[in-house]
Amino acid sequence: MSFINYSSREINCKIVYYGPGLCGKTTNLQFIYKKTNPEQKGKLISLATESERTLFFDFLPLALGDIRGFKVRFHLYTVPGQVFYAASRKLILKGVDGVIFVADSQIERMEANMESLDDLRINLAEQGYAVEKLPYAVQYNKRDLPRVAPVEEMNKLLNVNGVQWFEGVAPTGVGVFETLKGVAKQVLLELKKHY
Amino acid sequence: MAGSDLVMHDNEFQKIDGELQRLHQQANANVVFLVDKNGQLIASAGDTHNIDTTSLASLTAGNIAATGGIARLLGEKEFTILFHEGEKDNIHISLIGQRVILVVIFGQRSSLGLVRLRVKKAAEALARIFDEIASKAEKEKVEGGKSADSPFAEISDEDIDNLFK
Ligand SMILES: Nc1nc2c(ncn2[C@@H]2O[C@H](COP(=O)(O)OP(=O)(O)OP(=O)(O)O)[C@@H](O)[C@H]2O)c(=O)[nH]1
Ligand SMILES: [Mg+2]
Repeated sequence: MSFINYSSREINCKIVYYGPGLCGKTTNLQFIYKKTNPEQKGKLISLATESERTLFFDFLPLALGDIRGFKVRFHLYTVPGQVFYAASRKLILKGVDGVIFVADSQIERMEANMESLDDLRINLAEQGYAVEKLPYAVQYNKRDLPRVAPVEEMNKLLNVNGVQWFEGVAPTGVGVFETLKGVAKQVLLELKKHY
Repeated sequence: MAGSDLVMHDNEFQKIDGELQRLHQQANANVVFLVDKNGQLIASAGDTHNIDTTSLASLTAGNIAATGGIARLLGEKEFTILFHEGEKDNIHISLIGQRVILVVIFGQRSSLGLVRLRVKKAAEALARIFDEIASKAEKEKVEGGKSADSPFAEISDEDIDNLFK
């Protein structure tokens, strides 16, 4: 759900990072936080367990710049990937404008990726959304690790619709801004259709 | 998505701002905020200098969302009021018309009773304003009209690329 304020001339949009536990969602936000100028970002808020697993969500507000005199802000959220946090994931998806699905490229995580993607579809459907209709991209993360599935294989399993995809190594930032930009662009173009 | 977007124009914003200013004053509050249910700050009144309003908005919405989830588990519709008592300051959170969240932070100069009373009045007025916004959006949707000063009208790929420079 975007918030367009003609009075303060601001556009606010919500992008959610989705994916299985430990796939690197929080790491994406941490890298974006680290590499953004202080005046362009707010605090990175992480509601996490003591072992740094996301408990409820991470939140990072980004003010990237202006378009036609309107300040454009993206509110980035991550969901908790662990299976038993299903109820929280639903809440965080509410009012989403764009989704980034972060997949773990390690072969042994392929089933977890597929389960998480199903979970995403179900949760979006409950809100009357569909991944096919939503600004959406996939990031194949952890490409630096030794036992990873080939990208073609992952596309077959996780990207049957052939949406935009990126390879990522989140701790060093490979693919991180590219993925965000991919979805941010789709979100703005979607708004353009309506306003 | 587009169906539930919130589009606010200057006159509506002024009305909302007026209500928040009045509530801030009449409730003797430190700060008053209005937050969208999805965590976006809509407006505020009072001394916000020392408060990270963006974070507060997002966490408040998370709080409401979580208690709403609990309510559904218990077969309640939704808890419409939350109250947290601190050592110095207290926070009163209420849900208005299923769509926006009104947050009042107050200290010793005020009391829960007073805040409750004033919030109730302000909530009615704010609910009316948001009803107007919703019916206007509905009407615009039917007419398919786009705002004359829309920032999106001539948005180009280049504009978007520039955001990421
Ligand atoms: N080698 C490698 N490690 C990564 C990569 N991305 C993330 N990690 C590591 O994987 C671990 C989990 O990353 P997080 O970002 O916390 O994972 P998450 O998806 O937020 O997990 P949940 O919060 O449980 O849903 C951390 O130790 C990261 O440093 C990557 O591309 N390569
Ligand atoms: Mg996490």
